[in-house]
Amino acid sequence: MSAPSENSPSAVRPPSSGADPSAFPGLTSAPGSNIRAVNDPFHGDLLEVSMGPHHPSTHGVFRMMVTLDGEVVVKLKPVFGYLHRNHEKLGENTTYLASMPYTDRLDYLCSMTNNWAYALAVEKLAGQPVPERAEYIRLILAELTRLLNHVCLAGFLLQDCGASGTPLMYAFREREKILDLFESLSGSRMMCNYQRFGGCRIDPSAEWLDRVRALVAGFPRFLDEFERLITGNEIMMARTPGVGCLSPKLAISAGITGPMLRAAGVDYDLRKVDGYGIYPRYKFRVPLGAHGDTYDRYMIRVLEMRESLGLLEQVMKDIPGGPIMDPKAKLRGLRPKAGEAYGRIEGPKGEIGFFLISDGSPNPYRYRVRPPSFVNLTVLEDLCLGHTIADAVIILGSIDIVLGEVDR
Amino acid sequence: MSDAPVITDSERDELRRHGIMLTSLGELAAWGRSKSVWPLQFGLACCAIEMISASMARFDIARFGSEVFRPSPRQADLLIVSGTVTKKMAPQVIRLWNQMPDPKYCIAMGACAISGGPFKQGYNVLKGIDRFIPVDIYIPGCPPRPEALLHGLIQLQEKIKSGAPTAGAQSARPGECVIPEFGAHDLEPSKDPAIWQPPVITRGTS
Amino acid sequence: MQTPEQIRDRLLARFPGAGVTFVANPGASAQHSLLLAASEARAIAEFLRDDPELALDTCSNVTGVDWPEKEIVETIKKNVPDPAGGPDKVVEEKMKKTQPGCLEVIYHLYSMSRKQGPVVIRLRTGNRTDNVTLPSLTPVWRACDFQEREVYDLFGIVFAGHPDLRRILMWDGFKDHPMRKDYVDPDDFEWEPTPHDDVLERAKEHYPAAPVTAAPTASPTPEGKA
Repeated sequence: MSAPSENSPSAVRPPSSGADPSAFPGLTSAPGSNIRAVNDPFHGDLLEVSMGPHHPSTHGVFRMMVTLDGEVVVKLKPVFGYLHRNHEKLGENTTYLASMPYTDRLDYLCSMTNNWAYALAVEKLAGQPVPERAEYIRLILAELTRLLNHVCLAGFLLQDCGASGTPLMYAFREREKILDLFESLSGSRMMCNYQRFGGCRIDPSAEWLDRVRALVAGFPRFLDEFERLITGNEIMMARTPGVGCLSPKLAISAGITGPMLRAAGVDYDLRKVDGYGIYPRYKFRVPLGAHGDTYDRYMIRVLEMRESLGLLEQVMKDIPGGPIMDPKAKLRGLRPKAGEAYGRIEGPKGEIGFFLISDGSPNPYRYRVRPPSFVNLTVLEDLCLGHTIADAVIILGSIDIVLGEVDR
Repeated sequence: MSDAPVITDSERDELRRHGIMLTSLGELAAWGRSKSVWPLQFGLACCAIEMISASMARFDIARFGSEVFRPSPRQADLLIVSGTVTKKMAPQVIRLWNQMPDPKYCIAMGACAISGGPFKQGYNVLKGIDRFIPVDIYIPGCPPRPEALLHGLIQLQEKIKSGAPTAGAQSARPGECVIPEFGAHDLEPSKDPAIWQPPVITRGTS
Repeated sequence: MQTPEQIRDRLLARFPGAGVTFVANPGASAQHSLLLAASEARAIAEFLRDDPELALDTCSNVTGVDWPEKEIVETIKKNVPDPAGGPDKVVEEKMKKTQPGCLEVIYHLYSMSRKQGPVVIRLRTGNRTDNVTLPSLTPVWRACDFQEREVYDLFGIVFAGHPDLRRILMWDGFKDHPMRKDYVDPDDFEWEPTPHDDVLERAKEHYPAAPVTAAPTASPTPEGKA
């Protein structure tokens, strides 16, 4: 079997003369089996398609080399690197503080959680405490980011299913409301650059907190409306159940994290396991899936949004006063003593972690991002084998990738 | 476009006051074209999210006739380079540009597409798409707000209405641009000298 | 959760003579690690995964680190007896030593079933040029698949036993390993309005100083004043 070079333009083989694939009705491949030669005069040739990097359904510049038997995927190799922006090299050439704006641009839908993960790693490295009020603000912003990410994901997933436009419009309407809050707090819609080592940058006003309360109070109504539109929708039920099942064993071995892991039925949420921030003080449930299919991955996100809203309601009741920055915190001239630290949080897409090695200089010696969507893509081929090419698009959509983070 | 006007602008305004509009076919076509710019549905990085936002309900790019995002370059008039162009991606972007039919326009959206932006020092980042593709409109910002994209679009519409030639038509590569090859250390060539030359500056003059 | 020292002792009891070294982390995070010899790394990794007490069933993070050769100056104090019979003199002797360079891979292991971790293990190559092969841990944890490919791409560590070791982020024909500390990126420097430090040096290389015009009064401006 001769695979074409990954970097060649779309390599579509013309069918050779000989057997006509349509002459063999009922020839379907079982998942994962039935790998056969590309040039097979008896069964008909396999088709090698290069999907991406410019493809409307690959969520950016992701590329898949797909080998098709008729319409069925028999081999799928993801190709990365089309958005490799050298975060890690840049991070090693700048100071600790100057890397903070770069983390915004990793997963550009969820800049607040990226900021928090990086701040947490540096705080671990430097032994920096965080004041109480800042912890509350961080939690609020992280949960708002989770709402924002999950609602966008549901919109994009439905777009991939073929529900063109409407669900995404609804999702982006709500996203704009949350972005307004971010903007009035940090000055930027998407690239917030808000967290600092040892606290936050700007103290939110009481009026801002009231606006969050109003949003949290109004969001369930939108979610009900959204679910009436989507959950149980004919398109959804026809396309997603039973598609792309992920077994818990494979999920654990492949390091899958986030909603995708929990959809496979593994109870592992870093907010519970690591108990970072002030999460242990509040009650929330971790939704778990039973089948690990695309429908479960969608439902987990909806349920997580509801849990996040419950969590926000509790947290908004008792926000303490006080400083938002530790007065002893060093920002500009931060030189942590030599050592290393791995800090991670539960981002909306999974475990986002930062691994830092310090040699006592103002720049980190090693700055490593552990990207959840990159690792979650490990199982893409396993999920897609045996499904049609149209289902591969939905499976990719339900994994929830952002290319800024996959390629860094 | 039109030949030397036999009727002056003031006379034309005078006629318009009486309910008579005079125009040339070329102007009419340019007006029509400016109101139906079809962008290529092509997102690169962070700016793509703002591009999607611009097409959603609040900013509603449909007000300006550009909501028809085409997935195929053969049907698109406008390439919005929305985000960082890496060296690995650059040949594909240029290939898409070459596949678009004339007249075609290019908007460099965001700091990365203009110059590499915050990632300029990266080893895999192209320091501005204008090293290979002639650009009509530059929109600064990181990322630019959707309003900024709309403003850039309106500027482009003004340009089309005025009948000015596209940046591509003015450049040394009117139809097709050079597609670089992947080299052992860098793209080959790393820039298209016919389109872009580094600024010539001498130090110590000021 | 067992401490890294306890894990090391258990490993040494299970694999006598295996190279397992405790690497202390002096930083505030106190995430200590275990340095494994490359020859036994696969067997030890399988033990860590299957051991019911540790059950490190997932590998969260794989990363490479480049440690280039560096010169360290060691100061040794010696007592020299004074020939005149007085008290001993303390003489400092400076020794220059070259610490050999190596490439390192660091794995962060967690247990999802027992909800514990991290256990940090490290592997080191012999040098940075020709002896850069390490055993792949992808057969033990699928999570290492793409991350080891990334380390291979950016650092040039060859993972023996990896099912599909190709470049992942850069293109296939790319020759360098850009995350190494001595990587020099292609030179396409452009004028920057406020050059300083390294950037000023590069600006001097790429942009000539203005020719000294024969202005009658002004003294010639020293180079690089801008």
